[in-house]
Amino acid sequence: MTVLIIAEHNNSELNLATLNAVTAAQKLGAVHVLVAGSGAQSVADAAKQVAGVEKVLLADAAHYENSLPEEVAPLVVSLAGDYSHVVATATAFGKNLLPRVAALLDVSQVSDVTEVIDAQTFTHPIYAGNAFETVKASDAKLVLTIRATAFDAAANEGGNAAVETVAASAPQGLSRFVGRELTKSDRPELTQAKIIVSGGRAMGSAEKFNELLTPLADKLGAAIGASRAAVDAGYAPNDYQVGQTGKVVAPSLYIAVGISGAIQHLAGMQDSKVIVAINKDPDAPIFNVADYGIVGDAFTLVPELVAAL
Amino acid sequence: MKALVAVKRVVDYNIKVRVKADGSDVDIGNVKMSMNPFDEIAVEEAVRLKEAGQISEVVAVSIGVKQCEETLRTALAMGADRAIHVETDGKLEPLAVAKLLQAVQAQENADIVLLGKQAIDDDANQTGQMLAALLNAPQATFASKVAVNGGEVEVTREIDGGLETVAIKLPAVITTDLRLNEPRYVKLPNIMQAKKKPLAKHTLADFGVDVTPRFSVVKVAEPKGRSAGVKVETVADLVGKLKNEAKVI
Repeated sequence: MTVLIIAEHNNSELNLATLNAVTAAQKLGAVHVLVAGSGAQSVADAAKQVAGVEKVLLADAAHYENSLPEEVAPLVVSLAGDYSHVVATATAFGKNLLPRVAALLDVSQVSDVTEVIDAQTFTHPIYAGNAFETVKASDAKLVLTIRATAFDAAANEGGNAAVETVAASAPQGLSRFVGRELTKSDRPELTQAKIIVSGGRAMGSAEKFNELLTPLADKLGAAIGASRAAVDAGYAPNDYQVGQTGKVVAPSLYIAVGISGAIQHLAGMQDSKVIVAINKDPDAPIFNVADYGIVGDAFTLVPELVAAL
Repeated sequence: MKALVAVKRVVDYNIKVRVKADGSDVDIGNVKMSMNPFDEIAVEEAVRLKEAGQISEVVAVSIGVKQCEETLRTALAMGADRAIHVETDGKLEPLAVAKLLQAVQAQENADIVLLGKQAIDDDANQTGQMLAALLNAPQATFASKVAVNGGEVEVTREIDGGLETVAIKLPAVITTDLRLNEPRYVKLPNIMQAKKKPLAKHTLADFGVDVTPRFSVVKVAEPKGRSAGVKVETVADLVGKLKNEAKVI
């Protein structure tokens, strides 16, 4: 069996979450990686060095530049005949593209796979991570999105895959890319960070959110996350949101500051290795999952913590 | 222009579900059910487009058990003009739902089909994308802003690093993210009014769509879970534990 992984990239760099998908896919068979982009040779060069990748397919055409699913899905479908599984990471990119591919192939998809049991059997979370469902598929071909935090990243060196150019599919012209507004940050990317400092509604304002959490994140070299309440209140940008409808993270250390710990937030961080909760409410649900909790005012405790580090 | 909005009846988002003792499924007997929160946002957006004069009719559709009628009445009370219920007792996978919605769209010929980005029960995040594929229509998923502009819709999407804007041709499929809008509260007079709005009933047999499941459930298990740790009294104690016990800093 051979697996086709759809690489996520920005035409110059391979998104590192793809490395986690490689590890998951190796449990299924040989791994090929498709790089569909415009001027994306450097991405193919990075992909061929990933340990465990056997072949890289490069489809280079202007209409793949912005990873529009209307354009990329027909390409994937044209290549899918040779593969038992089509795989991508469960990021905004993978979630957008793969169900379109699955429907065109008339096969089912398992979203957010956390465990590969065999080639037809997979486990994934349902109900905001309050249950894990194991399903066995009857379709001969399967489409999967992989939860990156559930699998180790494959080494991004040591591989020596052949790069093969594949023909582009015809442009569809159903959609047009208008623009992109990325949150500027020098910090580690949230889903890749080893340490995350996350703030909730208790921060009170965007100024206080930054004033309180930035020095702590700086000291720890951490990424900054937020609860939905903090994002909705405008204290932090949307893409900082950790939870069922935001990002799923599993760092070594997750420090939740002024976050009560609603089900939907826990869904995004309860696989963290060590969880620290700082909250003034001793009954906040976050303390039920925290390895270390401290009850008190975040505005006193966080600066003390920064000083003590 | 017409909008079709797909709504799903799910366990209320505040309820923490439990797995059945035999591991066959989660136990949703006697728990509160509501409209999927993302679908409320989709209904709200369709109604706002109508209020802005950009859409003339909003049709809500739901597929599932008899009680989905309540979900549709909620959509009608929010401002949808009429409703379509495809009644079935079995659990349907997203691909089957997408095929049924494709059949409904073949009858309705809506210009914009709105769905939530995911249902909070199966967390699949697939149906809208699958429907777009089946209709050979463009898709704009995870929408946080929608602007109809002639024969196109300009949609701002929430992506991992920030926001992205795409322009898609009509007819189009749009799935809603949390930040698109704040759904309105339904007032009593609207609920009374909604009871008089048309609600058409269909069965699976009306569409001839193959909804045979592609998956069988092997088991449903509780998450591994974490036990509560310790509460520390001082910051110095916390730092000591992180350094010496957990060894994470």
